[in-house]
Amino acid sequence: MLELLRQLGRSGLQSLANLGRGHILLAAILLGLPSLVARPQLLLAQIFNVGVLSVLIIAVSGLFVGMVLGLQGYYVLSQFGAAQSLGVMVAASLVRELGPVVTALLVAGRAGSALTAEVGLMKATEQLSGLEMMAVDPVKRILTPRFFGGLVSMPLLAAMFSAVGVLGGWFVGVGLLGVDEGAYWGQLQAKIDFEEDVVNGVIKSVVFGFVVAWIALFQGYEATPTSDGVSRATTRTVVHSALAVLGLDFVLTALMFGD
Amino acid sequence: MGRRRPQTTRPARNRNQDAAARDGGHGADARRVGGSSSSVVIGERASARTRMTGTAGGTPLVRIRGLRFARGDRVIFDGVDMEIPRGQITAIMGPSGTGKTTLLKLISGQLRPDAGTVEVDGQDVHRLSHGDLYRMRTRMGMLFQSGALLTDLSVFENVAYPLREHTRLSESMVRKLVLMKLEAVGLRGARDLMPSELSGGMARRVALARAVALDPMMIMYDEPFTGQDPISMGVLVTLIRQLNDASRLTSIVVSHDVGETASIADRIYLIADGKVMAQGTAQEIDACGSDWVQQFMRGEPDGPVHFHYPAPELERDFLG
Repeated sequence: MLELLRQLGRSGLQSLANLGRGHILLAAILLGLPSLVARPQLLLAQIFNVGVLSVLIIAVSGLFVGMVLGLQGYYVLSQFGAAQSLGVMVAASLVRELGPVVTALLVAGRAGSALTAEVGLMKATEQLSGLEMMAVDPVKRILTPRFFGGLVSMPLLAAMFSAVGVLGGWFVGVGLLGVDEGAYWGQLQAKIDFEEDVVNGVIKSVVFGFVVAWIALFQGYEATPTSDGVSRATTRTVVHSALAVLGLDFVLTALMFGD
Repeated sequence: MGRRRPQTTRPARNRNQDAAARDGGHGADARRVGGSSSSVVIGERASARTRMTGTAGGTPLVRIRGLRFARGDRVIFDGVDMEIPRGQITAIMGPSGTGKTTLLKLISGQLRPDAGTVEVDGQDVHRLSHGDLYRMRTRMGMLFQSGALLTDLSVFENVAYPLREHTRLSESMVRKLVLMKLEAVGLRGARDLMPSELSGGMARRVALARAVALDPMMIMYDEPFTGQDPISMGVLVTLIRQLNDASRLTSIVVSHDVGETASIADRIYLIADGKVMAQGTAQEIDACGSDWVQQFMRGEPDGPVHFHYPAPELERDFLG
């Protein structure tokens, strides 16, 4: 019993220490913003790495999710004679929830894990120490551009996911199931509110981008510099990011759409 | 490029032999067991002469006093004192896991000691502000065991990196300087290769060119000979000596390759169990009466450091 309490206490203290180190690292990353402004090419390179290289998986996933929404939505709505509202249902689902959330999960799996592995391996191969010995701050030079690259890329990717998803829903609903095209686009245009739906979705994806990039970089920077350590850190990035995104999504949804 | 022959059992450099001859061959006479702990200070007269020549410019470049450093419960250094003379190659040797690399990280301010001071060029490294520490590091070079080259940059860009970061030199000047540094390590022709295309020895030579790009006052070498074939090893040995002498650097070589290191070192510190076990020139260390020092320098499998890990009695294990 005493041993159980001791272990609980130890893991609690360890979690608190990790949280503290994570916040200190976050502060150092954010303080690196002025030096990033002076070297915008570093940010562009990371937007390419995190954003552009994720476009394919985001577009394909968005298309299939939109098509499934079109299919499922049509079967449910047609039971109530409301199949003409398919466009609203598909767009609201994507813009409010699925766009930001699924994009964040995909980015965590594709780019977040890559960031952790890259930074962890840079640590393992002494590249970070090498930078320090060249009087170059590795946080400013390596972590800050990657953090802001993730932050900027996430809402853009989420917007792309939603847009492609709406097209997927249109293809299934209008193209295959015979929903009226005018009703699909007209109702979508009339019922989707810019502030309530689009802006809230963008806010969500910015928050998710912030959290996923932070977790990925922290795990990479704190990784034990061995192959096993980097492997564990990469796994932790995906698991922690997924849990954080889903948990935060509930909180943000409650704050944004709760009465 | 000539290669110095490694002397695995009786390491000594000509320069040191000359010094011993001038000393009348009695350098080891002053050998004594240090008053504190088990440290063996040998060749006091010769060491004093070496220190005098080494500190011709004044104080030693690096002065370590009462250094204590622990990782958790494990004490890595416990009251270590050292002086690294200017303009010389000082070797720090010891068995694996004794904290040689940790010592370099303490000297460069990457780690903070629990107690004691580390002064570099008269400044306490661990009392410097972040900015001052980084300014000091522009005057230090470090060659990592892995080379630590940035894998997404070419050889040329790796060597140019510190120049681009810390100077406002024109592109043509950067190009000339980079080619000069690469020429010094024999890799001017490899400027367009990526780090993944280099052998281990070439990667270390590129890292060496990068380490001297800003013309530092000192270079720290972390296990420069580990895993090198004889040709690469010979090249590195010669380069370290030539760079030190030609650029009037101060070099600290951390290694457990006894023959290679002793062949170029002006002064050697042997560390183990958190303490300096012995110090002196190569032949002074070689002539030291300490059994531990002899076992280490000659690479004997058994001695004060036992071949067998502590285990229950043989009979009990095999016969029940």
